[in-house]
Amino acid sequence: MIRFENVSKRYDNGFDALSHINFFVEPGEMLFLTGHSGAGKSTLMKLIMQMERPSNGQITVDGQDLGRMPSSQIPYYRRNIGVVFQNHQLLFDRSVFDNVALPLQIAGLSHYEIGRRVRAALDKVSLLEKERLNPIVLSGGEQQRVGIARAVVNKPSMLLADEPTGNLDPELSEEIMTLFRQFNEVGVTIMIASHDVELLKRMNKRILGLVEGKLVHDGVLW
Amino acid sequence: MKSKRPSVTQNRTRPSTGASRGASFTRRPLEPDSSRQTSPQKGAIQTKIRFADRFDAYVAHHSTSAIDSLLRLLATPFQSLMTWLVIAIAVAIPAALYVGFANLQQLGESWEGSSQVSVFLRPETSDAKAEEMRANLSRRADIAKVVYVSPAQAITEFKAQSGLGEVVDSLEKNPLPGTLLVTPRLENGSDAAMTSLEQSLIADPAVADVRLDLQWVKRLQQLMILGKKMVFGLGGLLALGVLLVIGNTIRLSIENRRDEILVVKLVGGTDSYVARPFLYTGLWYGIGGGLLALVVLGLGFIWISSTIEQIAMLYQSNFRLQGLGFFGSMQMVLLAGLTGLLGAWIAVVRHLIQIQPR
Repeated sequence: MIRFENVSKRYDNGFDALSHINFFVEPGEMLFLTGHSGAGKSTLMKLIMQMERPSNGQITVDGQDLGRMPSSQIPYYRRNIGVVFQNHQLLFDRSVFDNVALPLQIAGLSHYEIGRRVRAALDKVSLLEKERLNPIVLSGGEQQRVGIARAVVNKPSMLLADEPTGNLDPELSEEIMTLFRQFNEVGVTIMIASHDVELLKRMNKRILGLVEGKLVHDGVLW
Repeated sequence: MKSKRPSVTQNRTRPSTGASRGASFTRRPLEPDSSRQTSPQKGAIQTKIRFADRFDAYVAHHSTSAIDSLLRLLATPFQSLMTWLVIAIAVAIPAALYVGFANLQQLGESWEGSSQVSVFLRPETSDAKAEEMRANLSRRADIAKVVYVSPAQAITEFKAQSGLGEVVDSLEKNPLPGTLLVTPRLENGSDAAMTSLEQSLIADPAVADVRLDLQWVKRLQQLMILGKKMVFGLGGLLALGVLLVIGNTIRLSIENRRDEILVVKLVGGTDSYVARPFLYTGLWYGIGGGLLALVVLGLGFIWISSTIEQIAMLYQSNFRLQGLGFFGSMQMVLLAGLTGLLGAWIAVVRHLIQIQPR
């Protein structure tokens, strides 16, 4: 699903965010990405999202060589990846429903289909009764669930989450992780960046450990 | 956990060439609503959206962008009105000048028909002498037609047209001279030919003065060409001003909606999808400004045309001030709208495309 071959990323200011990264993620896998802040977790996610381009090496996602993808294709590529952010990135000028509907509107689904899928996604994260509210009135955990609903509403084959539980207490984190696990069970490839060691221990999944831009660990807990 | 799922996660230290394992793994799409497992929507998810649906959605996004951007403008009425007024003024000034020149030109054209030479005779010239001169002149090759207007005819005409009959009646003697109205042949219309004609006419001792009406019309025409060029130059400069105003306004609204743009781009919105509402905003700014300019022009027209009518009445003229007309008005609004669209497009190209998720 995701293949990194000797991937390096050096920013314009000379900072080496990633160097010589190699790994492979199977379709349908669920794995974690860990490391201190500045270790390169976000950069790695951004490379997969095509928000950054690697300085070196080759990234293949779902059989597509990202280096050969014309930039006009990037929006269509992104529609197949759901993203969840630590700060939710919700839009507070519209309702919960409209926030979740955004990817579907962009993809050009019919009105009926949008309503059906948005309600299904909101039902999945148990927020169906709050679809008319503005997300600003929701709690942090609820906002994160809206973010997850938006990430999965387009039925992506892959889900990326950058510190999805960063601001949440353990109980809410557990709730979010349960959601991710359920999505993984229906075949979605899931990659979660987190520095929450307790969480990583509990989940007991494959972990990619980054230290100063180098991949130092690949496997279950060390 | 379901047992169906192959235990791919147990092989932790596999080399990166584990593709063959991946091949045997059949991925199932995410189905958030588990009651819809039998939905035919399974499979290659994104590409299954019907073309008709895509087209409908494209049209729908156009109309929602158009309506939404208009509502946004109306949500901040004072701010929008200021921008509209600026555009309206920038549009109305050249349009008003254009209308003014069009009227002058219309006036000039009605004079152009009188491309005649007026030959004023000395007062002592008798009608018989004048008639003889007329006959002589008519035979000249460079003259098409000569008409003699006797002092008596002239005074009758003047009385009828000027409305000053009583004043004329009170005069002791007719102050008007006899006049020969000479129409030159058109092919001899060059300046040199006209001058030589003028000189040969004035050489006659019975002639008091010769007036070339055409020359005056020609000078007016040249002035009008100059004036028109200035109107177009001014119009161009003001159009540039409109472009800058709208471009800057759109740039600000792009900055205001930066977060939204980033999210839309992250979930797969194309550049044109993101740009659409802003392009419509520019179009609305332009069209709104154009319509407001039309109102300004209309008010000015009403204000000025009653005065013009009075003046024309005093001059016994049936001259009427010509407005832009329906098509002219529509063209003006359309032109303003296109300028707005262009301004927005420039802002979008310069700023919107640069906003990329980081």
